[in-house]
Amino acid sequence: MPVITEHLQVPRVQPDAMAETKPFVAKAEFQEALGFPGKLVDNWQSVALDKMSELLGKYRALPVFLDACVKCGACTDKCHYYLGTGDPKNMPVARQDLMRNVYRRYFTVAGRYFPKLVGAQDLTESVLEDWYRYYHQCSECRRCSVYCPFGIDTAEITMAGREILASVGLGQKYANEIIGKVHKIGNNLGLPEPALADTLTGLEEEVEEDIGVKVRFPLDEAGADVLLVTPSADFFAEPHVDGLIGYAKVFHQAGIRWTLSSYASEAANFGIFIGNYDQMQKVAERIRQAALDLGVRRIVIGECGHAWRVAYSYWNTLIGPFDFLDTDYPAPQHVCEMTYDLIQRGALTLDPSANDNKIVTFHDSCNVSRGSRMGSIPGGQFTLPREIIQAVCNHFVDMAPETTHEQTFCCGGGGGLLTDDLLELRVKGALPRVTALKQVVDNHGVTHMAAICAICKSQFSKVLPIYGFDMDMIVSVHQLVGDALVFDSAH
Amino acid sequence: MLTAIFAIGLYLAVLVLVVGTAFRLVHYVRIPVPLVIPTTPAPITRTGVVARLLREVVFFESLFKGSKWTWLFGWIFHFAMLMVLLEHLRYVSEPVWLWIVAIQWIGLYAGIAMCLGLVGLAVRRVLVDRIRYISAPSDHLMLLLLVGIGASGVGMKVFWHTDIVALKAFVIGLIRFDWQPLPGDPALLVHLSLVIVLMLIFPFSKLLHAPAVFFSPTRNMVDTPREHRHVSGWEETRTSHRKVASHEPKPRG
Repeated sequence: MPVITEHLQVPRVQPDAMAETKPFVAKAEFQEALGFPGKLVDNWQSVALDKMSELLGKYRALPVFLDACVKCGACTDKCHYYLGTGDPKNMPVARQDLMRNVYRRYFTVAGRYFPKLVGAQDLTESVLEDWYRYYHQCSECRRCSVYCPFGIDTAEITMAGREILASVGLGQKYANEIIGKVHKIGNNLGLPEPALADTLTGLEEEVEEDIGVKVRFPLDEAGADVLLVTPSADFFAEPHVDGLIGYAKVFHQAGIRWTLSSYASEAANFGIFIGNYDQMQKVAERIRQAALDLGVRRIVIGECGHAWRVAYSYWNTLIGPFDFLDTDYPAPQHVCEMTYDLIQRGALTLDPSANDNKIVTFHDSCNVSRGSRMGSIPGGQFTLPREIIQAVCNHFVDMAPETTHEQTFCCGGGGGLLTDDLLELRVKGALPRVTALKQVVDNHGVTHMAAICAICKSQFSKVLPIYGFDMDMIVSVHQLVGDALVFDSAH
Repeated sequence: MLTAIFAIGLYLAVLVLVVGTAFRLVHYVRIPVPLVIPTTPAPITRTGVVARLLREVVFFESLFKGSKWTWLFGWIFHFAMLMVLLEHLRYVSEPVWLWIVAIQWIGLYAGIAMCLGLVGLAVRRVLVDRIRYISAPSDHLMLLLLVGIGASGVGMKVFWHTDIVALKAFVIGLIRFDWQPLPGDPALLVHLSLVIVLMLIFPFSKLLHAPAVFFSPTRNMVDTPREHRHVSGWEETRTSHRKVASHEPKPRG
């Protein structure tokens, strides 16, 4: 159990500190459902090298990143998992080296003829095991890529590593089972249409009881203007659901006709986590289909970090073009972009004193911060959520600058690691973030931390109590918005 | 004999350096970048991207954010090396360009600074446990090689003066394919030998980082995926044994 110190300490190198930690391997039925072999294939070495060769020819980033590293060490103290565990293979460059050494051995002149000199390594069983362990101790958060003089992004290496692992039969249980559920049912939780409809009806009743206004939670309503695609955790998990209530209240007060889709009831796209383009595309395709079927004019994405990266950065490539949507709005649009615009236009009546019982800080989620944008200028992904919070809360405090914006620390559970078989890693990986949080709690009396990512919210609900914080500290940005919205007879 | 060995060695080294590196870069260009992956916040215009790359190459912007010591030693080494290279242009220009004449005084100091920067990097590589962990023998040797080049160069300026008029005649002779005798001073021979080794290993080693930074998608992509549709580029290049993913929208009812 890591201890929070006043300032974050860079640990000494402790070889193999996390060598025992790895997630469960996916069972045959879930592997095969995604087109991967059910168990480790006999000729795994040649299959893995073939796959690696294929990926080297498909993604320019891969050979460039594997060639360019000079081992300067700038990334070595940047990964939250290294900072939390001290295991040197959790240093970004060392994580890359697990693949780079094999790449050099089989794909470069230097490594073929002088392996010892350049640290090249045969793809042995123990290397494959290291890949499985340490490519599942990376949350693909891209923090290291901010500091790399060549922009080497370990997330790209991890994704390639996981794709190779899946192709030899070593997929990860958590991610692959979830992708299977999306294909079969439409969301990560396996929540079928009747259950979803029930949940939404329940929410309508709850909100009406609470504020006396009938705020609707429409499902599958053809002809709506907006299709809202949100992580399925928003339908029932705490504190996520309060965010969903917040979106609904915003839509209601702004008078926007919106709908959810039972066919595409999931914004999350775990295809990115396992590094598989085809899976990512197939998962995303459901949303395009739903938008066309429902005849909507806009697609708005709820609070979810990697979903926003996939939607913002990849959708146009994967499932675009979006020429069937209203060109007056960005396609897709983040719910924060929508709310921000509505606030700017004065379309929302807000009373920030409703949140006077809170002193709020904001946790930048990694995929939003380093893999996407909001609004029309670079860095909008930092300013928009903060301006929204400051419009609905009177008390806002930022955490230390080296832990926010593009330098933000992962919550410790991103990148497909939000599973209980990795709980120890998740707790240790959260250390840098909770250290920064403790500083603002101690110095500024911060009571709540707002986030715009379902994974961050789930992760913090679980690990904050372990560090001695209140579980309810973590809130959705749109919970704060929803609580500050004023509904009166005029509406 | 000596002249012939070094003449051939230098021709070969330049050839390997230029052709080998060009080969590698053409290889990069031919590989698609299927998705938009700049590390954000990223520029939203081409001009902005050029500026980002320039800041990266001239100031080592990201490294500065990452590690102040490595940045300091690394930047001093690279900048000093650039000065030394410019100073060395006096051996290939005839008559010597005026601006090169003007910067000759820098050579000695730049040579010393280059060595100091390298020593700083080497000390960090040995002393910081994290960096020692990630270092292969080649990482240490690379620094040693560069220190050797720098030290032998500075040595010739300070202690073991060589006949630079004859040296220049040798270099110009190489360029004009009219070989002239190379002075046989040991320091010069060591200096040139190490330079030949450096050029020979350039395309096969991490020295490729120099051109590779321009090909890094996290740094050279414009962050406008919603405004401009990026296509994967796989259709043309993908090998046939795998199913080609369709990126064009399918007609729908």
